[in-house]
Amino acid sequence: YSLNGVPCRGKVLTVDNMNPNVKRVEYAVRGPIVQRAVQIEKELREGVKKPFTEVIKANIGDAHAMGQKPITFLRQVLALCSYPELLEDNKFPEDAKKRAQRILGACGGHSIGAYSASQGIECVRQDVARYIEKRDGGIPSNPDNIYLSTGASDAIVTMLKLLVCGEGRDRTGVMISIPQYPLYSAALADLGAVQISYYLDEEKCWSLDVAELRRALNAARQHCNPRVLCIINPGNPTGQVQSRQCIEDVIRFAKEEHLFLMADEVYQDNVYAEGCKFHSFKKVLFEMGPEYSSTVEMASFHSTSKCYMGECGFRGGYMEVINMDPEVKTQLTKLVSVRLCPPVPGQALLDLVVNPPQPDEPSYITFMKERTAVLSALAEKARLTEQTFNAVPGITCNPVQGAMYTFPRITLPEKAIDKAKEEGKVPDMYYCMRLLEEEGICLVPGSGFGQREGTFHFRMTILPPTEKLKVVLQKIRDFHVRFTQEFS
Amino acid sequence: MSVLQEISQNVRSIKQLEYAVLARRANQIQKELSQGVRKPYKELIDVCWGDPHSMDVKPLTFVRQVLAACVYPELMSSHKLPLDVRQRAQWLLGRCDGGSVGSYLAPTGIPEIVQRMSESIRSRDGGVPCNPDNIFISPGSQWSLTNIIQVLVNNEAPLRTGILTPVPCHVTTIMSIKSLGAAVIPYFLSEEHGWALQVEELQRALESAKGGCNPVALYVINPGNPAGYVQSRKSIQEVIQFASEKRLFLLADEVYQDCVYGKNSEFVSYKRVLAEMGPPFSDTVELASFHSVSKGFMGECGLRGGYVELVNLDPNVVKYIFNLICKDSTTPVLAHFAMDLMMNPPRPGDPSYPLYNQQTQDIKNMLVQNVKTAHEVVNSLPGFSCQPVEGGAFVFPRVFLPPRAIQKAKEEGMQPDTFYCMRLLEEMGVLVSPGCEYGQKEGTYHIRFCIMASQDIIDQVLKRLTTFHTKFMKDFS
Repeated sequence: YSLNGVPCRGKVLTVDNMNPNVKRVEYAVRGPIVQRAVQIEKELREGVKKPFTEVIKANIGDAHAMGQKPITFLRQVLALCSYPELLEDNKFPEDAKKRAQRILGACGGHSIGAYSASQGIECVRQDVARYIEKRDGGIPSNPDNIYLSTGASDAIVTMLKLLVCGEGRDRTGVMISIPQYPLYSAALADLGAVQISYYLDEEKCWSLDVAELRRALNAARQHCNPRVLCIINPGNPTGQVQSRQCIEDVIRFAKEEHLFLMADEVYQDNVYAEGCKFHSFKKVLFEMGPEYSSTVEMASFHSTSKCYMGECGFRGGYMEVINMDPEVKTQLTKLVSVRLCPPVPGQALLDLVVNPPQPDEPSYITFMKERTAVLSALAEKARLTEQTFNAVPGITCNPVQGAMYTFPRITLPEKAIDKAKEEGKVPDMYYCMRLLEEEGICLVPGSGFGQREGTFHFRMTILPPTEKLKVVLQKIRDFHVRFTQEFS
Repeated sequence: MSVLQEISQNVRSIKQLEYAVLARRANQIQKELSQGVRKPYKELIDVCWGDPHSMDVKPLTFVRQVLAACVYPELMSSHKLPLDVRQRAQWLLGRCDGGSVGSYLAPTGIPEIVQRMSESIRSRDGGVPCNPDNIFISPGSQWSLTNIIQVLVNNEAPLRTGILTPVPCHVTTIMSIKSLGAAVIPYFLSEEHGWALQVEELQRALESAKGGCNPVALYVINPGNPAGYVQSRKSIQEVIQFASEKRLFLLADEVYQDCVYGKNSEFVSYKRVLAEMGPPFSDTVELASFHSVSKGFMGECGLRGGYVELVNLDPNVVKYIFNLICKDSTTPVLAHFAMDLMMNPPRPGDPSYPLYNQQTQDIKNMLVQNVKTAHEVVNSLPGFSCQPVEGGAFVFPRVFLPPRAIQKAKEEGMQPDTFYCMRLLEEMGVLVSPGCEYGQKEGTYHIRFCIMASQDIIDQVLKRLTTFHTKFMKDFS
């Protein structure tokens, strides 16, 4: 076409010649429904009348956005690190000052504005290693195997970048659960890796069955080279906490099939259900004896975004690599240097998370009080959510054993499914869009995470404050009843 | 077992840094020093990196006060912090979900902050409009650059994607290009002409790529790194014309835009020049400009904050870039706030202004002095020649290594300039990086060191370098 009579030459960068993998990237958690939610918020600000006065963004695992308070101790130390003149201020407790001084001492020029080593500040990595040792009952952790990162996502993508190679039938295949946290599918699409989906068992509380892993793997061997197995525990979106037996089975499977294990454990402190316990993959691996602990290659991931801290905005995280070939490790170290270094405030925060106030320190009591309050509130909300949803005809909800989400299954009437098709939408997207427009509640449709054909779900966070959550649950319940009636 | 062969070829193709071997030795020396081993020096000085804070350049008080107040809002109730600090912190926190710096940022940033950034860019560019929708924030300019290159690289095309890159060029850009499976098409800057970018050389580089790869983009860095040039308006126009003619996507890395020292030099952005060239260029040449909070007066490298501004891109492509950013987006909140503080500093009349002005002036004067001293000292040494440093963070002098030194280097299995750097490290405890790290004309050797440091550090570096160089040249004559 032409502009002002001057013929327009074509663009240099077009949809046709751009990276085809980038076109395949989708990230449901911030996808079209969120974009519509943001638009609606704008309309509300502009005074447009709606059946609600605010949009409740229960789509993303952002605790502070939903009103969770930061942990005082963490913020005190970080403020001291940001503006060290505050070290003179006697309003700050001694243990906070000590931590800040130690962190600043490890920073170039005593400033959090200096670059750190690409792998992360050495003393922080040492503290992380000690934390892991303590958590895992004394199993040694080498700081050289710790890589600090810009949130866990950064480390996950880095590992995938390292591992994905080959062409055609030799292209790396990566196993990931259905349902999954869509960072994985997006990263795999971006890298042109082959996604190998294994289904979690909804009937059995979203547990993982090795037979299903085997089925998926064998089918995949026809068209790719399966090399990686990703597992999220506690799970996202499903919230299941895998049993120790299950973890052993997965490790055994990984060894038999020569798979690199990627264990996403960012929710390790978020365990609520009776009888459920977090078992780190590393601990189980080492307790299985040298036949496994010296051969199975693994990376475990953790971050400062979840648990009781909820500090998503700091982008703190790390991975620990186990049994990595030293030459491969050299490549990994090289790769992380392309990003220069992880954000130093996030590294400082991570140091505090793995080095919290001890019983003999001034900040201990307040710290424990705040931490317990957050985790017990989450446990209560998990229970409330499960209970409320299970009482709604047409919604079934597995127990929220851990993490921060509920992933209930919804029954949609045939007519609703047809209507969705008419509008060119996937049925659970249609459902969620309607809910957003009518009640101002933003959820993410199950299709964004993957689900068995013919089933529909949504993911909702359990993060809103209890009173607000009760209202949200009520509204969803009422909406579901209305919706079912409308399409009966 | 995952072995080297099973690792991504793209990753393996990234060259190991020369710095790695120097750093290893530096770490050893550090240990020896702390164990009390006697050396001709008491401490090591590392001037390899453009990292001002680690070289005794202080953070700006206003910036750190605001960030502290945002992190721990209880601070705002005390009157120890100036009013404008408290007001800014309040405003910034008010823009965060839940009023906390711990919440996620929207992938494209906080709209009000990005709006202000766009106004600041418009002001910088003499009124050239800036659309906030075309600004994408990230944890650093290199992160943004990697994302944009990722969109440009098409691994399903018959020919490998190629990107024209300067020689010399700083390392992380080359690493990003390689890690994405693209080819580097080098174009040599002309050292004799103050590291000028010559269009004939761009033409030669482009031709050399014929049949080998598919050139899609031209990467420029202005002010330069490692070479400290600042492009003239005319030079920028020529580059834009070339990109337009040859249908190349322009990648303009402008992170050192606030670091200009030459009396006759002035930073003018690619975007501004493009706009002022008028149609057809101004509405057709596709450009991505990069900036960050790491350099300039703030020097906040550790916060990890940057952004890219896109000009004249196909809106359909921008939609995909948005998707990519959503998945990859991970800018720390404090870094985004730092962008606001950088682009909207205290103004005359604000309580923090006098101190802010003082601090930034001091830094500016220090840099101008460092550049002057470094240039003078290095040029006075026989065997060194240094082009004028008009901007940027580094000095990149050429060192004329005697044949015997080159021979010795070969015997020790090192690049000649790495050998020089290793010797400098051993004998004088100064760590600088070798020119081979960045690329240079065959048979020429250089070193790079940072001048964004306190005057004391630069004076020390130059003193030690002078002593070392004189002896080195004598020993190998």
